[in-house]
Amino acid sequence: MTTGGHTPPVARKGWENPSAAGEELAVFDRRMFLAGAGVAALGGPALAADGGVTLPFGNGARPLVRMPQKREMILLTTRPPQLETPFTVFNDGLLTPNDAFFVRYHLSGLPTVIDPGAFRLKVGGHVGKPLELSLASLKRDFPVSEIVAVNQCSGNSRGFVQPRVGGGQLGNGAMGNARWRGVALKHLLEKAGLREGARQVTFNGLDNPPLDGIPDFVKALDLDHALDGEVMVAFQMNGEDLPFLNGYPLRLIVPGYYGTYWVKHLDEITVVDARYDGYWMKTAYRIPDNDCNCLEPGQKPDKTKPIGRFNVRSFITSHGDGAQVKAGSVAELRGIAFAGGDPVRRVMVSADDGQTWHETQLGEDLGRYSFREWRLGVTFGAGKHAIKVRAETAGGEVQPVTARWQPAGYMHNPVETIMVEAV
Amino acid sequence: MRALVLSAGLAALAVSVGASGAKPVTFEMPEEAVPAELADNEGEPVVAACSTCHSLEYITTQPRGKGPQFWRDAVAKMVNVYNAPLEPSDANAVAEVLAKRFG
Repeated sequence: MTTGGHTPPVARKGWENPSAAGEELAVFDRRMFLAGAGVAALGGPALAADGGVTLPFGNGARPLVRMPQKREMILLTTRPPQLETPFTVFNDGLLTPNDAFFVRYHLSGLPTVIDPGAFRLKVGGHVGKPLELSLASLKRDFPVSEIVAVNQCSGNSRGFVQPRVGGGQLGNGAMGNARWRGVALKHLLEKAGLREGARQVTFNGLDNPPLDGIPDFVKALDLDHALDGEVMVAFQMNGEDLPFLNGYPLRLIVPGYYGTYWVKHLDEITVVDARYDGYWMKTAYRIPDNDCNCLEPGQKPDKTKPIGRFNVRSFITSHGDGAQVKAGSVAELRGIAFAGGDPVRRVMVSADDGQTWHETQLGEDLGRYSFREWRLGVTFGAGKHAIKVRAETAGGEVQPVTARWQPAGYMHNPVETIMVEAV
Repeated sequence: MRALVLSAGLAALAVSVGASGAKPVTFEMPEEAVPAELADNEGEPVVAACSTCHSLEYITTQPRGKGPQFWRDAVAKMVNVYNAPLEPSDANAVAEVLAKRFG
C-alpha cells in the first residue's frame, strides 16, 4: 500500500487464494518474531474447501473463513471481524464449542497485544475504594461461579427481516450457548463499595474506535441488575480461556440479555450516579417502547428504550430446509429452544404446516438461560411436508407465527418452518 | 491522512494467539480484499473513504434494491454519527456510487 491512494484491486493473497500458504507462513514467522518468544500460533486464515455458503435470503452469499482459534465460520465482515456459526453446529450439542462461537465487534480498533500478567481490571467511579485487579487476583480473591447462558446478537437473523433493513445481514448463527466461569459482578462492586447515589454501572473494553470522534463502545446496566448475582465477569468459557475474538481475557456475561451488553476485553467497570447517555445506550440498540416492541414495516417509533432481554425462540437442528426423510418410518426431529430467563416450558412441533401441533420431549435442563433440547419422532407419508417449531415459556410467551418488525431488525423470533420431503 | 489510515488497516495479516493463559496474546487484523463490485475506478472513492474504518463487506452484504435514499442515509450516518472525516462533496460522491452499484 502507498499513501497516495489505495492499491489497485488485485486479488490479495490469503483467504482468497489457497495457494498463498507459503507466503502466509513467511509472514507468520515475522509475526512470531514481532510478538516475541512464548507466543503460540494457532493458525492463520484459510479458504474453505468449498469456498462459501449462501444464506437463504437475497444477497446471502458468504465466504467460509478461518480466523485464529476458530474453525471455518461464515464471514460477515473482516475488519472488524464478524463471524457467524454454521447452523449445523447447533445440532452437535447444547454447548456451542469455543471455536465455533459467533464473533461480533462494532469498532475496528481491536487490541493487538494483551499480556495477561500485566492486564488490570479497573473498578472505579462512584465507589468508596477503586480497584485494579490482576487476573490472578480476580480468580483468587473472589468467589468463582459458573452459569450456562446463551449469548445472542440483537441482530441475529436480520437477513430474514421483511421488508429488509440495513445492518449486519446475519442468518440464524449469531447465537451460541456456553458455560461461563468467572466472578459475579456484585462481588466486585461490593469490594469497591458503592457510594450514595450510585445509579448505573458502565462497561468498557480494550477495543477502541479506529478514529477519534467515533463513540467508544461503552454499555451500561442499572445498578440493581448489576448487583443481581448473575451478571458475571467471565474468564473462561466451556472450561478454557476465552478465545481472543470472544473477548479474552475477560468479558461481561449478562444472562438473558442480548449480546450488545456482553462487553469483550472488559477492563473498565465504572459506577455512575446518573443515567449513562453514551451513544451506544442513548442512540444505538434502541427498540420500540410498546407492548410488542414492534412497528408496522417502514414506520418510525415515537418512543424507544434500550434493548433488553431475549424473546423466546426455537429451531429445528436435526434437519435442514429441503432435507429428505424416509417415508413410512419414524424420523427423529430435534432442535433447541431458549428465552431470556423465563424458562422454556414446552416446545410444540407441527408436521402439517401448522394445522396440528404436538408437544415435544424436552432434554436436559442446564438452567433457564441455556439452550434446551427438544425431540419428537414423526412418521411422514410420501411427499413434501412443512415442519414448524414453536416454543412457549413458563410465563406464557410464545413465538409469533408471523415475524414482528423493527427498524433496526432486532429481536427476530417468528415460528421457524422447514420443508422436508419423504421418499 | 485518510490514505495513511487505510494503509495501516489493510497491511496487516493474520494473527498469533497464545495458547497458555500466562503468555502475551497478540492479534493482527486479518487480511482483506477489495470486493469485485468496488474494484474499479468508479469504486475508488468508496474504497478510499469507507476502508478507513471498516472492511467493505459492510457495504456489499447489504440488501439490494433499497433505493438511493438508503445509501444516502448510510453515508450521512457515517458522517454525522461516527464523524467520518469526509467533506460533503466527497460524501455525496460516495453515496452516489453506492446507490448506483447497490441501490
